[in-house]
Amino acid sequence: MLLRKTPDLTYADVTPRAVYLNRRKFLKAMGLAGAAAAAGEGLWKLGSPSQIVHATTKLTGVVKGPYCTDEKPTPYNDITHYNNFYEFGTDKADPAKNAQNFRTSPWTVSVEGEVKNPRKYSMDEILKLAPLEERIYRHRCVEAWSIVVPWVGFPLNVFAKLAQPTAKAQWVAFESYFDRQQMPEAAYAGIDFPYVEGLRLDEALHPLTLVSVGMYGETLPPQDGAPIRITVPWKYGFKSIKSIIKIRFQSSQPPSTWNRLAPNEYGFYSNVNPNVDHPRWSQAKERRLGEFLKRNTLLFNGYGDQVASLYNGMDLKKNF
Amino acid sequence: MRKLLSSKWLKVLVFLLCLVPVGLVGWRALHGDLTANPIEFITHATGDWTLRFLLITLAITPLRMLLRLPELTRFRRMLGLFAFFYACLHFSTWLVLDKFFDMSEIWKDVLKRRFITVGFAAFLLLIPLALTSTAGWIRRLGGKRWQALHRLIYLSAALGVIHYYWLVKSAVIRPLTYAAILAVLLLYRLIAWLANRRRRAPIAQHVPQPL
Repeated sequence: MLLRKTPDLTYADVTPRAVYLNRRKFLKAMGLAGAAAAAGEGLWKLGSPSQIVHATTKLTGVVKGPYCTDEKPTPYNDITHYNNFYEFGTDKADPAKNAQNFRTSPWTVSVEGEVKNPRKYSMDEILKLAPLEERIYRHRCVEAWSIVVPWVGFPLNVFAKLAQPTAKAQWVAFESYFDRQQMPEAAYAGIDFPYVEGLRLDEALHPLTLVSVGMYGETLPPQDGAPIRITVPWKYGFKSIKSIIKIRFQSSQPPSTWNRLAPNEYGFYSNVNPNVDHPRWSQAKERRLGEFLKRNTLLFNGYGDQVASLYNGMDLKKNF
Repeated sequence: MRKLLSSKWLKVLVFLLCLVPVGLVGWRALHGDLTANPIEFITHATGDWTLRFLLITLAITPLRMLLRLPELTRFRRMLGLFAFFYACLHFSTWLVLDKFFDMSEIWKDVLKRRFITVGFAAFLLLIPLALTSTAGWIRRLGGKRWQALHRLIYLSAALGVIHYYWLVKSAVIRPLTYAAILAVLLLYRLIAWLANRRRRAPIAQHVPQPL
């Protein structure tokens, strides 16, 4: 046999003498290893290509919906490779990589709370609740970039008609799916999960507010909130909660994840408003992905004709 | 090892290695692979590498002392200048690509947005260091004064890390990693300085006393 038995380890082998004798050296070693690791990780990221292809299914019977913008939709590849979905990592490119194997079937959404008909809906049922419409909406992120997305879905008020909210229902709370096993990156996101969001009842029932199940005529890829999400086009993107499992009608104002984390930076309403800056950056302009010069941000993201009346008499600077 | 460290070719190799990050950004640009938001991608890449090169530069002195390899000092100026090089790229990306010379916007940002205020300050502090990095300037200023001036890099690096920390929305782990590495590198200097002072102190007390 050529295999040699490794000599027994002596106690000194456990921690090199030089290291345990010298705390300074140890600290240094950590610092240098850290610097090297950070540099290495950065090089790896810079060098690796970024295109990932996802399996999606074509949605049939999609009809053209109202409120569509005639602006050019952002390329599919950009919408699917530039995502804020902190459960799958905090870099824009992370969700495309880390959400690839996200299990979206079976999936149910529970509609509950102050309603006459609480019920759980399977995805198969949801896809048959109402005609699927294409809605081409502007989407403005609180980080001052924007895209145009051809969503596929139906108004959220379809669920309300089925559930029949009682007089007590004044607000609607949403909850995202969360699974530590499938979303290990979430541990480093710095926010609490599951992700939660909320709307006032009249905002939720507004015909612009969408339950999206697809985009570009196909089912949603996981990084864009598969299999079902909310789309509220006149609010900053983080209000449009992804991969929801719960819609709850309730009498009290629900919490909202970003608002809970930093109430001075992210308001509950978070209507797109060029006149109210984020404390750390201006909201006056935005970069439409694919464009070089910034464009002016529009009040209510350009949906003022439809939604401004919801906020009559409200101080939008105070209720930002 | 020491012979290798003194070789001219190693310096050339390190120089080329320092160009790899900007080379990769350029390579991705040629392939149209700068993500959906190229300006943000370039801003983040150049900013990250500025911080990394600042930390690598600050690691030279502790490394040299711990490993007893004075030859490492040969690389310090070059690494520091690369930190400045990436800072210039980062700054001009912001100035040209992001703001497109919109001066009123730029001043508003510098004065109103604290993460830009500290980032801008960190960049300004590097300019005198880059300008006085030559042997001629060491002679003109004198070693002591030159060294005192170049301690500004501690402040610049600290402001750079704060700039990053104030920028992120919630994922503070990466800025905190930079902060931890910087803290170790600065702490090493503090400890070395204290130890040095203690060693010298008894000598100072042995001033001959008049009998």
